[in-house]
Amino acid sequence: MGRRRPLRCAPLLVVVCGMGLSPLAAAAGPSRDDAAVLAGACVNCHGVGEKSPIPDLRGMPEDHLRARLIAFHEGKAADATVMTRLMRGYDRAQIEALAKWFAAEGGR
Amino acid sequence: MSGVSRRRALKAAVAGGLGLAMPAIVRANAGSARVVVVGGGFGGAAAARYLKLWAPQVQVTLVEPLQRFYTCPFSNVYLAGLRRWESLGHGFDGLRAAGIEVIHARAEAVDAARRTLALSTGHTLAWDRLVLSPGVDMRWDALAGYDEAAAERAPHAWKAGPQTQLLRRQLEAMPDGGTFVMVIPDNPFRCPPGPYERAAMVAHYFKQHKPRAKVLLLDAKDNFSKKALFLQGWKALYGDMVEWVGLADDGRVTRVDAAALEVHTAFGQVHKADVLNVIPPQKAGWIAERAGVVDASGWVPVKAESFETARVAGIHALGDATIAAPMPKSAFAANVQAKMAAAAIAAELSGRPLPAAAFANTCYSLLAPGYGISVAGVYRAEQGRLVEVAGAGGVSPLDASPAFRAAEAAYGDAWYAAISADTWGAGA
Repeated sequence: MGRRRPLRCAPLLVVVCGMGLSPLAAAAGPSRDDAAVLAGACVNCHGVGEKSPIPDLRGMPEDHLRARLIAFHEGKAADATVMTRLMRGYDRAQIEALAKWFAAEGGR
Repeated sequence: MSGVSRRRALKAAVAGGLGLAMPAIVRANAGSARVVVVGGGFGGAAAARYLKLWAPQVQVTLVEPLQRFYTCPFSNVYLAGLRRWESLGHGFDGLRAAGIEVIHARAEAVDAARRTLALSTGHTLAWDRLVLSPGVDMRWDALAGYDEAAAERAPHAWKAGPQTQLLRRQLEAMPDGGTFVMVIPDNPFRCPPGPYERAAMVAHYFKQHKPRAKVLLLDAKDNFSKKALFLQGWKALYGDMVEWVGLADDGRVTRVDAAALEVHTAFGQVHKADVLNVIPPQKAGWIAERAGVVDASGWVPVKAESFETARVAGIHALGDATIAAPMPKSAFAANVQAKMAAAAIAAELSGRPLPAAAFANTCYSLLAPGYGISVAGVYRAEQGRLVEVAGAGGVSPLDASPAFRAAEAAYGDAWYAAISADTWGAGA
């Protein structure tokens, strides 16, 4: 299954053990727990590795993810099918949290 | 132990498991919190996996009678002859490997006061939180003439299993020039676009093997999921082979004569089938009723923030069994509801604030190889209720290019692989 690996709980533990210290929590946007829930919907399609036509988001560069998600949100991704419809439902803080979440997920 | 001290001990136990500095006596309690999950489908298996992931010290037990779970998603593709039956089956070794206890038994009775669950094996499980993800049961009293015996002649095939395989054998045995009749219920029911995808998949099979056959859909309603897209796709792919009759045109079936393979409509028309597929009205799976969490509708009202049931504290419910509109009764919805419930339970047991409730759904339907369509939605909780986020969601465009339809067909396949791995573990 290539790059497929189980989701990790490590990011969650960081917050549990050091509540309020993460940059996300400090910014009053979604907490890491909130981000974990948000990301839970994404991995239902994204995440079976390189064989899939749907990209695995884990470990993608944060800037690339942010730019893509914003392009979907704004309806500016010409190759989009369902992602524009989905990302219109997410605000900038949620997009930021998702970009950070997935960049960190694969970085370990 | 009193309720309060029990909750304190639970919190302490969970916190202990997370590695906080705790007195030895409390650490010894780590793992004493027990969550029992009933149902091994997209809701239950995902709830068990994510709870174990997010609160590893909690003892998680999954109760599911089947050794292998066969999915309704992609069972229409199997009916078309485009997918092997075994590819729809998922075992539980991935859950066991994650540290989840899996018991193959039927859940028989819930005692909410004592917090126990009785199993068909005679064993009783104690729980601190119970998660019910029982799917749907057919309402055998809702459609005259359609009971369990009738379903052996006129299958519903709305739970993947022997019913699905029976319908496939009937389609294979049907003579060319025959008529496949599908009876479709009013809302709410499992998988809103499912009947219409099935119509396309059966038509695809007929086009290859029985080109003079017909598909007749008798529907108890006038509108349905992705209607314009299905009407356009059926026409483009199968010409006049698929005929849909809605409520306004006397499509509502009120009586089934399974022996004669005939159905009677509200205004007295009789339709004769060569293969008869009756999807009857449904309700929450039986154990939800036994647990006392259903309301008069037969479905389970839940708090949108946590998917805890509105009726019984400490019991959560997920998926098709719940009243979660505007979220559909879909595998995707069940899976994200499971993650929300798991996050809520993990937070509650460790005394953390509930994470913000956020949900999404995407449902792909396959109309032919290389021809897929989708519907999507984004949801959040507002004062205990689910609401759709305005401006988001919706269906694939009409008149999209062949490349767009082909991409969504491929994405549908990829969705199935991804959500299956997410729910039961990679390779399960």
